Amino acid sequence: MNDGAAPAGVRVGVLALQGGFAAHAAILDGLGADVSEVRTPDDLVGLDALVMPGGESTVMSLGIVREGLADPIVRFADTHPVLATCAGMIMLDRDHLGVLDITTQRNAFGRQVKSFETDLAWGGDTVHAVFIRAPWVSEWGAAVDVLAEVDGHPVAVRQGAITALAFHPELSGERRFHDVLIAQATGSRNWSS
Amino acid sequence: MSTNGHEPRQEATFTVKSGLAEMLKGGVIMDVVTPEEAKIAEAAGACAVMALERVPADIRRDGGVARMSDPEMIQGIQAAVTIPVMAKARIGHFAEAQVLEALDVDYIDESEVLTPADEANHIDKWAFKVPFVCGATNLGEALRRIGEGAAMIRSKGEAGTGDIVNAVTHLRRINRELRRLRTMDASELYTAAKELGSPLPLVQQVAREGRLPVVLFCAGGIATPADASLVMQLGAEGVFVGSGIFKSGDPERRARAIVEATTHFRDPARVAAASTGLGAAMESIETAKLGADQQLAGRGW
Repeated sequence: MNDGAAPAGVRVGVLALQGGFAAHAAILDGLGADVSEVRTPDDLVGLDALVMPGGESTVMSLGIVREGLADPIVRFADTHPVLATCAGMIMLDRDHLGVLDITTQRNAFGRQVKSFETDLAWGGDTVHAVFIRAPWVSEWGAAVDVLAEVDGHPVAVRQGAITALAFHPELSGERRFHDVLIAQATGSRNWSS
Repeated sequence: MSTNGHEPRQEATFTVKSGLAEMLKGGVIMDVVTPEEAKIAEAAGACAVMALERVPADIRRDGGVARMSDPEMIQGIQAAVTIPVMAKARIGHFAEAQVLEALDVDYIDESEVLTPADEANHIDKWAFKVPFVCGATNLGEALRRIGEGAAMIRSKGEAGTGDIVNAVTHLRRINRELRRLRTMDASELYTAAKELGSPLPLVQQVAREGRLPVVLFCAGGIATPADASLVMQLGAEGVFVGSGIFKSGDPERRARAIVEATTHFRDPARVAAASTGLGAAMESIETAKLGADQQLAGRGW
């Protein structure tokens, strides 16, 4: 774990069509990254990493189509690290952008009154995780590493340089995932796989 | 890999309640009165729908007592869409709120658009698992609602008019009062809390952080994409559109246009494109011509 500042000039974009993009941007900014909001394909140019935030997956899905962002995001994710949370995870699945070899189930835990927070055991440590009308992963391929589960369902996965979480680290002050994203973007770090 | 599922699970915490509002940010919450309208709203990009029996323009026209909607209608809308479904309870009517919680709605709006049930007290929102959004015309009112447990605030504007003027007034007032608190020293904040009629700890927190502790949306009078852009530029984090969509000439197209303008609120070229060829806006009423007894924003204590 590293709370140090990002090397100067690491450019991280946060998809800002709708949803919890501001909280991600605040954490990345606090870690010293050069943060920008992504609403159009042009906004992806020159970025070193991308965050796909939570929000409403239907809204994000429509926005990605409206803005012509599908192919640009897929191409970006092929060569850059991506951190996706909640609806962002859904956007990357087989039924949407197809970046991750997973199938997700939306609102898997139920409606809002079933939203919850909990401490996930994570490689000898814990991650405080906030689940808001959260999805889980219902099917996944061989290239996908499952990093954490709740009720026997994967809620955190990694495939190559793409990390997808069903929960919201940005809502609990958890900065380690963003720290790792920045480290990936600068080249060489890994955390707790 | 770690396996979980035995960890203690905390539901209905304030983080979880305000967290859903965080996920609605940058989005448009649309009033709908039927499952068909809810589907149109979802397909057009609404981030949530507000299920109610009559939109504010019709409540205003019909008069009488406006109440919580029929559960059958709310359940029909819940079955029709996958996005969050909100519903309105009367100010102070905690039994209506209990019913809405039993129906598993995702958010309750304790709303001045309905006829108030209590002339002195709002609902104790801490007593509920489901989160609440409440209206406010100024910072003091917003902080009183948050003190009562509201996890999201919307500026009230004047519902059912299609006139943006009060929405602007209320947003500007809330933000002006926030800026003013930031300039105060510790001793001045006690008096500020007294003058605002708000809990001192919240006043101190807001003065320190320079923003509300919950998400702030704008409601009441948004009828066009440019209206949405205006209030977003004034600091709203998302918008409620009540009568503005389904009382307009081409609801589906207008809904999509307002969604697009809310995302691209800082880009005039995109707002212009979204505004083009939308057909007639809702039939509107100039708020200044309404008598004090016809203004809904004054409801709330």
